[in-house]
Amino acid sequence: MRLLRLWPDESHFDFMRLRRFSFPLSALLSIATVVLFVTIGLNFGIDFKGGTLVELRPKAGATADVGAVRHTANGFGFGETEVQEYGQGSISVRFPLQAGGETGQTLVMQKAHAAFDADYTFERVETVGPRVSGELVQSGTIGVVLSVVAVLMYLWFRFERELALGAIVGTLHDIVLTVGLFVITRIEFNMTSIAAILTIVGYSLNETVVVFDRTRELMRRYKTMPTVELLNLSINSTMSRTVMTATSTALSLVALVLFGGEAIKGFSVVMLVGVVLCTYSAIFISTPFLIYIGLQGHSNRSPGRDEDAALKHAAE
Amino acid sequence: MLRFSTTKIVATLAVIVIGLALAVPSFFSADQRKAFVSSLPGWFPTWIVPTRAIVLGLDLQGGSQIVLEVDRNDLTRTMAQQLRDDVRGALRAEAIQADGGIQLTPRGVQLRIGDAANRARALPKLRALSQPVTDAVLGQTGANTLDIKEDPNGTIRLDFTDAGLNARVRRAVSQAIEVVRRRVDLGGTTEPSIQQQGADRILVQVPGLQDPQRLEEQLGKTAKLEFRMLADSPSGDVDMLPSRDSNGQRVPVERRVMADGADLTDAQPGFDSKSNEPIVNFKFNLRGAQRFGQATSENVGRPMAIVLDNEVVSAPRILQPITGGQGQISGRFTVQQANDLSVLLRAGALPAKLTIIERRTVGPGLGRDSIEAGKMATLVATVLVVVLMFATYGIFGLFANIALLVHVGLILGLMSVLEATMTLPGIAGIVLTIGTAVDSNVLIYERVREEVRAGRSIPSALQAGFDRAFATIIDSNSTMAIAAIILFFMGSGPVRGFAVVFILGILTTVITAVTLTRMMIALWYQRFRPKVLPI
Repeated sequence: MRLLRLWPDESHFDFMRLRRFSFPLSALLSIATVVLFVTIGLNFGIDFKGGTLVELRPKAGATADVGAVRHTANGFGFGETEVQEYGQGSISVRFPLQAGGETGQTLVMQKAHAAFDADYTFERVETVGPRVSGELVQSGTIGVVLSVVAVLMYLWFRFERELALGAIVGTLHDIVLTVGLFVITRIEFNMTSIAAILTIVGYSLNETVVVFDRTRELMRRYKTMPTVELLNLSINSTMSRTVMTATSTALSLVALVLFGGEAIKGFSVVMLVGVVLCTYSAIFISTPFLIYIGLQGHSNRSPGRDEDAALKHAAE
Repeated sequence: MLRFSTTKIVATLAVIVIGLALAVPSFFSADQRKAFVSSLPGWFPTWIVPTRAIVLGLDLQGGSQIVLEVDRNDLTRTMAQQLRDDVRGALRAEAIQADGGIQLTPRGVQLRIGDAANRARALPKLRALSQPVTDAVLGQTGANTLDIKEDPNGTIRLDFTDAGLNARVRRAVSQAIEVVRRRVDLGGTTEPSIQQQGADRILVQVPGLQDPQRLEEQLGKTAKLEFRMLADSPSGDVDMLPSRDSNGQRVPVERRVMADGADLTDAQPGFDSKSNEPIVNFKFNLRGAQRFGQATSENVGRPMAIVLDNEVVSAPRILQPITGGQGQISGRFTVQQANDLSVLLRAGALPAKLTIIERRTVGPGLGRDSIEAGKMATLVATVLVVVLMFATYGIFGLFANIALLVHVGLILGLMSVLEATMTLPGIAGIVLTIGTAVDSNVLIYERVREEVRAGRSIPSALQAGFDRAFATIIDSNSTMAIAAIILFFMGSGPVRGFAVVFILGILTTVITAVTLTRMMIALWYQRFRPKVLPI
């Protein structure tokens, strides 16, 4: 039986060369993210911004009229109200946080019910007061920071300093660009987004660790192989696995994007892009980064006396 | 690696069979499970039948979640009013007048006694109002409830201490939880979950609720019922309160409370025998009946105000003394309102106002849609990944696919046993897991292929593949675990469901991808002894 091969068995692609493109590209994207993050900012959901979100579904016989709902909702005078079509035939309405502390939000619900109860059912109502949203921002931030710290600790115990440094650069790169994705796509940033970011941290690290496990193994086997060659070999020999896992993960996420429903679509899209991002950064950022900081106990320039490498090539 | 002892095979299969069996109850409703257990013959040991099931989160089954917070300011104000009464009583007992009365401050009360001799007499009495703070958990804390300061010019300030306030908030929260529980129970909702959250919050979760607005209204009311006399005109001891009878216009009501809701033993909705208007019938306990009887005897012919949460509901004229301890409240209620009020009165008053600080409601229709979408996504993801694995690794892919299905089954089994909550993000976690779980198999298979290419014999390649990939599998799962555990501890509600799925998924991967696949491959190799590895 002829089996599917997503990546050729024997590849000798010079991945490290491409750092000339990947480094400037990632630097540019990271800077752009920071700039956009500061100027435009994230599209915070009510988890973090506070306010009221309702999802209206037309009652039997009625149809969703976004324009009419927008007109009515804006007429309440609650400030900038976002009205959108949502999923199949539903309408989402997002009211900003009202003054008057925790009780100020009650009036929003009263008016919304009075105006829309006749034609729509309230399929979802979420109200987050100013205090809760503040706490969620805090715990979200703590979560991301904590995960980076935990990852650092793990890498510190598990890997040599250079490898750990490379991995952390890759992980930070992925966090920054994921945030950039949120800024550009205007996908709502809420608690689920924090879950997406933390999962991406886990996945990013996973990708890097698989390559670096191999790097470490090869370092022991080929003590004198030039760093660039060693890193290329690490990636080439793990590439079929990397492509395979990225594909299976992406396939399951595609299923989630297409069939998982509106409520987790944002999460799924971000994760899907995140998987691509993590795979890219492991190969083109974390690994070539090691060239610049050098591998400890590993000679960087001894192209002449490379018996181990020669031996290895002979074995193939 | 290629020798799997019979004991090991039996143990592995047993773990898997038990794990999968545990998931079975989650595919049936609670009623179906009960019916099944009772349909078993009497001799059958029922404890062996798994009955615990995954709990559906409110986002999947529909329902309301409300977070209430005890309003500290409101509580402090109530305490200050009480303190004012106590101070007044203490001074009256000593026949001392405070110059200009007793003022409420944000943290207590203050008064001025210009006369030094009087002040010296009053102070010990005021100090006696301060009591040691006791705490259910900590016992005697050594702190007092009041901080009493005296200015040289004769002003005395009585401030609540932080310890005193905190103890009172704690007590208020536990009292409020009881009241909220009674209100929700009496309201007829099924399986509510009511628990304390943090120092001053109450989390109320009610599945499948049709009318969340009504629940909110019921929980938002303090339901403090007082019987006071209507005054003729505004004066010192009179409050101006809004009245339902005259459309919110304020009417003068005496400050003295003749009887209050704390003495009620029962309240039921009913209809007035003459006007047929919905009313609430109430019954006092002995103390309440005595006080009410005395008050009505002394005030025949005058209107008595029935005050609910500082609003005059109605002010009927006392026609004759009411000594039986029973009465009725009318107030142009609808049937629903009369019903709700009787529930509130039976459940008792809240010690302080509760503020809704967070509310999340999902309609049952949306919940059903989410479950359907989740099932569909899971199915499609499974098919895609299974096809990919089979196309890439042939028979080995088949082994991986069996392991994958067992893996998902085991996650569900563990969640059932833990009675964990499945949420929409949790379903997303399952779908994502389907994609990532095969990573372990991919790592092993790719390694085996490499070893074969490097010239190893089949058994030795398989051995090396499993051995060398194992360290990487542990590494890569640990990295995912780090993120998942942090998410579990900081996430709330639905997001936590995602973390649970992920953590359990990491645990089961080790069983399925490593042990189960290894066993299948070992048995397959022993049976067929292939010359070439088909991957």
